Amino acid sequence: MTPRGSLLPGAIRLLVLALLGLVFLSPYLWMAAASLKPLDEIFRASLALWPENFAGVENYGKVLARVPVAQYLWNGVIVCGGILFFQLLFAVPAGYALAKLRFPGRDIAFGAVMLGLLVPPHVPALPLYVAFSEIGLLNSYAALIAPFAISVFAIFLFRQFFRALPDELLHAARLDGMGEWSIVWRVILPNAWPAATAFGIFSVVAHWNDLFWPLIVVQGHARATPALGVLQFRSEEAGDDFGAMMAAAVLMTLPLVLAFLLAQRRFVEGIATTGLKG
Amino acid sequence: MGGIAVAGIGKRFGATTALAEVTLEVAAGEFVALVGPSGCGKTTLMRIIAGIERPDAGQVRIGARDVTPLRPADRDVAMVFQSYALYPHLTVRQNIAVPLTMRGLPAWHRLPLAGALLPGARAARARIAQEVARVAEPLGLSALLDRRPAQLSGGQRQRVALARAVIRRPAAFLMDEPLSNLDAALRVQTRREIVEIHRRAGAATLYVTHDQAEALTMADRVAVMLGGRILQVAPPEAIYADPVDLRVAAFIGSPRINTLAAEADAGGQVRVAGLATGLRARAPGPVTLALRPEALRPAAQGLPVAAEHVEFLGDGLLLHARHLPDGAPLVARLDPASPGRVAPGERLALEFDPARALLFGADGARLPTAPAGVAAYA
Repeated sequence: MTPRGSLLPGAIRLLVLALLGLVFLSPYLWMAAASLKPLDEIFRASLALWPENFAGVENYGKVLARVPVAQYLWNGVIVCGGILFFQLLFAVPAGYALAKLRFPGRDIAFGAVMLGLLVPPHVPALPLYVAFSEIGLLNSYAALIAPFAISVFAIFLFRQFFRALPDELLHAARLDGMGEWSIVWRVILPNAWPAATAFGIFSVVAHWNDLFWPLIVVQGHARATPALGVLQFRSEEAGDDFGAMMAAAVLMTLPLVLAFLLAQRRFVEGIATTGLKG
Repeated sequence: MGGIAVAGIGKRFGATTALAEVTLEVAAGEFVALVGPSGCGKTTLMRIIAGIERPDAGQVRIGARDVTPLRPADRDVAMVFQSYALYPHLTVRQNIAVPLTMRGLPAWHRLPLAGALLPGARAARARIAQEVARVAEPLGLSALLDRRPAQLSGGQRQRVALARAVIRRPAAFLMDEPLSNLDAALRVQTRREIVEIHRRAGAATLYVTHDQAEALTMADRVAVMLGGRILQVAPPEAIYADPVDLRVAAFIGSPRINTLAAEADAGGQVRVAGLATGLRARAPGPVTLALRPEALRPAAQGLPVAAEHVEFLGDGLLLHARHLPDGAPLVARLDPASPGRVAPGERLALEFDPARALLFGADGARLPTAPAGVAAYA
C-alpha cells in the first residue's frame, strides 16, 4: 500500500504516534507493573517496570479475598447501563424535538438546556443527597442512576446532530405513515449512530470511573461501584496498601479496556458506514 | 378513485404571501405539471397537499375526501422528494417496504424479534415481500434490493423513491422536482419512465418542476404558477399557443417570446412604432405585441431590424436581431435552408403571421385580436 519513497514520512509518523501512545499509556502500564510488586519495591527510587520479587499473587489475592470484585463490577455494569439507557431514552426525543419540531417555548427550552450545561455536577450534590435521604433511597441503584438520567450535554449533542438531518427525510417518514415516536426510534436514532456511539463512550467511561457521587450515596459493598472498590485499600490505620490498590485498579478498569478493544472495530465501522447522504 | 382538488388555498410566511387563493384540480388518472420559477410557491402548495404544511385558508380534497385537517399519513398520498429522502440505514428492499410495514403490520408485529414469532406476521411479511418484488421488477431494481442508498447512483436512488411511492397504490402522487438531481441524459429517459409509472398506477399525479420542457412533454395539463398564484391551467399546446397572461407567455417557450411595445389607436389599429401591424384591438391604448420566434420570418416588408448574430441549431437557425425603432431584441427561428447568410449589422425586415400574434394589455392580460382589414406595414 505504501508507495516506495514515502517510507520515511511513514516511519516518522509511526514514531511520533508510538511515543505519544507510550506517554498516554505509561500511567496505566505503571499501575499494572505496581500491581505486581511488593510494597518496598513500589517505593524504591529506581525505575523498573518488572518486579524483582513477584508479588502479583499476593496483591491480587488480597483484593479478591477482601473485596467482592464481581459484585462491584456488576454494580458498575448496572449503573452505567442504566444511566446510558435513560440518557438516550430522554435525550434522543428531546434533541429531536429541539432540532426539528416547531412548538411554542422551544427556544426557551433550549436556553434552559444551555444553562444546564453551565451547572457543574457538584453543585446539586447536596440537595440531591438530602432528597434521596428523605425518601429513603440512599444506597440504592436508583440513587446512583437517577441524578444522571437526564443529560443536558446529551440533549445538546443530539440536537446539534439532528439539525443536520434533512427535513425531507422526516417528511417522507410522515407520509409513509410514521408517527413522531416511530420517527425518533426508527429514523432518527439509526442515523444518529455516530453521535450515540460517541456519547455512549463518554457516558460509560465517566460513570464507570465516577468516584464523587457513589462515595456520597453508597455505603458498604452491596451497591458499591468499581471506583469505590479501589478505595477500599486506602486504610487509615495501616497506611495505604499500594500493591493491592493498584491490583484493584487493574481489575476495575480491565472490563472497560476489554470492552473497548472488542467493540473498537464496530465503533469505527458504525461511524464510517453510516453515510447520511440519502 | 377521485383526484386532487385544492380550493382557495392561502399561505403566508410572516409578511410575505406564499400562496394566494390557489385553486387547482387534478382528475383521477390525470398528470398535471405545476411549473413556475423558483420561489413562486409551487413547493409550498405541494407540501400543503401532502399535509407537511398547513394552509392559512382553503381546503384540500384527495379522492373526494376533505383531508385538510388530516395528518400526511392519513391522506392517501405518496410523494417523491427532490432529494429522494431515502432512509440511509435501510436497504432498498426495506426502503420500498416501509409504507406497507408502517400501515400493514400492527405495531407489535413490527417489534424486531417478537414480530417474527406472532401468528399472521409471517403471512403479512410474505405479502409485503411480494409487493416489493412487484414494484421493483419494472423499475429494474430487482438486483439492487439488498444494497443501501449510499451504494446506488442518483438514477437508481430516484427509482427507489418512485418504487416507495407506488407500492402503496395511493389515490394521488406528488412529485417535487424529482429529476432535478439527475444529469441531462438520464433526465430525458426518466421523464418517460415517470409517465409510464403514472399510466400504470392510474392515480392523480401532480408534478412540480421549474423546467418547462418537463412540464410540456410529460403533462396532460400544465399549471403555470407565478408569485403565489396560478395564472393558467391548460393542455401544453394551449399553454404555448394561447397564453392568457403575458407572464405565462414569457415563462413558457425557449427562446423566450418576443415582446414589442405597441399602441392601439382610436380605431383599434395596433401600431408598432407607428407601423401598422394588420391587427386590431378592441380598445385604444398601449398594448404589448408578443411573437413566438417561429412566427417571424424575413420578408420584403415588415418590422425593420438589424441582425446581430445567427445561431445554427441543426434543425433550425436562430436569428438574433434588434428592432430598429426602439432597440428591442427579437429572435426569429428560421428554416436552416432559407435565408442564406445574414451578416451582423445587416438590415432586414421581419414579417409575422397575424394569426399567431398575441396581444396583451398594460396589466399583462391577454386581449382578443382581430384582423384589421387594412394592409400591414403601411
